[in-house]
Amino acid sequence: MIIKDVTPKLEAIGLNLHYGRFQALKEVNAAIRPRAITAIIGPSGCGKSTLLRCFNRMNDLIPGVRTTGRVLLDGHDIHGPGIALTQLRKRVGMVFQRPNPFPLSVFDNVAYGQRVHGSRTPRQLAVPRSHLYSIVEDSLRATMLWDALKDRLDEPALDLSPEQQQRLCISRVLAVEPDVLLMDEPCSALDPIATEHIEELMRKLAKTYTIAIVTHNMQQAARVSQETGFMLLGELVEFGPTEAIFTRPSDERTEAYVTGRYG
Amino acid sequence: MDTHERHFDRELANLKKKLLSMAAIAESMIDQAISELVTRDESVAEPIAQSEQQLNRLQVEIDEDVVKLLATRQPVAVDLRFILAATRINSELERIGDLVINITENVHILAQDAPLKPLIDIPRMAETARKMVRESLDAFVNSDAALAQSVIMTDDEVDALKDQVLRELLTYMMADPRTIERALALILIARHLERIADHATNIAQDVIYLIQGRDVRHPRTPKERPPEPPA
Repeated sequence: MIIKDVTPKLEAIGLNLHYGRFQALKEVNAAIRPRAITAIIGPSGCGKSTLLRCFNRMNDLIPGVRTTGRVLLDGHDIHGPGIALTQLRKRVGMVFQRPNPFPLSVFDNVAYGQRVHGSRTPRQLAVPRSHLYSIVEDSLRATMLWDALKDRLDEPALDLSPEQQQRLCISRVLAVEPDVLLMDEPCSALDPIATEHIEELMRKLAKTYTIAIVTHNMQQAARVSQETGFMLLGELVEFGPTEAIFTRPSDERTEAYVTGRYG
Repeated sequence: MDTHERHFDRELANLKKKLLSMAAIAESMIDQAISELVTRDESVAEPIAQSEQQLNRLQVEIDEDVVKLLATRQPVAVDLRFILAATRINSELERIGDLVINITENVHILAQDAPLKPLIDIPRMAETARKMVRESLDAFVNSDAALAQSVIMTDDEVDALKDQVLRELLTYMMADPRTIERALALILIARHLERIADHATNIAQDVIYLIQGRDVRHPRTPKERPPEPPA
């Protein structure tokens, strides 16, 4: 998959993935453009979350996974020698379907990553709170949580509403200054109004970050993304401008899926 | 790949059926109007007026169905293009009905007086226009882009016939001012038939949009025209 005018931020080239004997990804070629939102849609089990997890090697954590092909970040193979996994996952952050704040305060959730990554030796683990404060403020401002939470930073994160918890998780990712946000069904656990707020946040963040979102909500993909990929049974069937996918898809399988005739 | 019929498919089939009814009514109106012109039998004027009311009712019904489907189904891809094409097509068919009424008004004027001349070109225009309406709806029903394209090309024939009618009637009018009223009525009938053919052409363009997702109205220069997608 070649993007003619823009160097892709992330690329999958000839990507195959097996869970044991089951092939979950088949010769996937995809390019995610920078500072845009790319959506990946498809029926359950098509491999979309698997593909997303390839971009920050989260699949490495699953026993029995075998990957062939290449995944590039800014043109560099993320499976190459000398790639530090923690650094990769700092640059390519992930937000999950269920908000998963740590059982810590709001402040400590957002500061956690910096405390871990910012330190070089165990001696420096006790980073002064004041230094972290501006990072926490910037990250909470970026997700529009600052005004609501600036006087509640020491409250337990688990006391927040689901929408606020999801924003907090996004803040947590932003605090370590990523390039890319991978979002796996980030609004599935949220009501329509909260979903609308998170989508608005995504549009704002897309001006600075590269965003790839997996969603089973086709209207969401149509609303927020600039490009959409349709996956079916491990294959990336079609990939293109969102407007084309939803008005005149090239592949009849894509058309059957987006019109609801599939299944 | 497994596909299944959706409740939505039945609603879309219903919409298609209503459009085909509209087209059948419009076609028969054209036939009746020209037959009235040729036979000078004004008894068909009333049935034509009633048909036109039916067309208007169907147009309103179809538009209401479309609004409901857009709101409740959020259609995409071919379904979206079909629904958009349906609103455009029903509007063209309703205009065709209006034009037939205009024709009957001129037929009424002509029926008051002796025939000016044997009618050859006008019935030919009417037959071609009627065929264009029929074929544009056939193309719609059968997703036949080639047929739609041939309807678009046929429009030139009707335009040429209209010019011929105009030139011929001009000579009548210049030769004898007493023919002016009847000649003008005939020119207007020819003009209305040419407009009917234009509307049939528009329907054919809407059908191409539906099938291929290409908007072929107002083609730009050959250099700028977008490439056709693979069949």
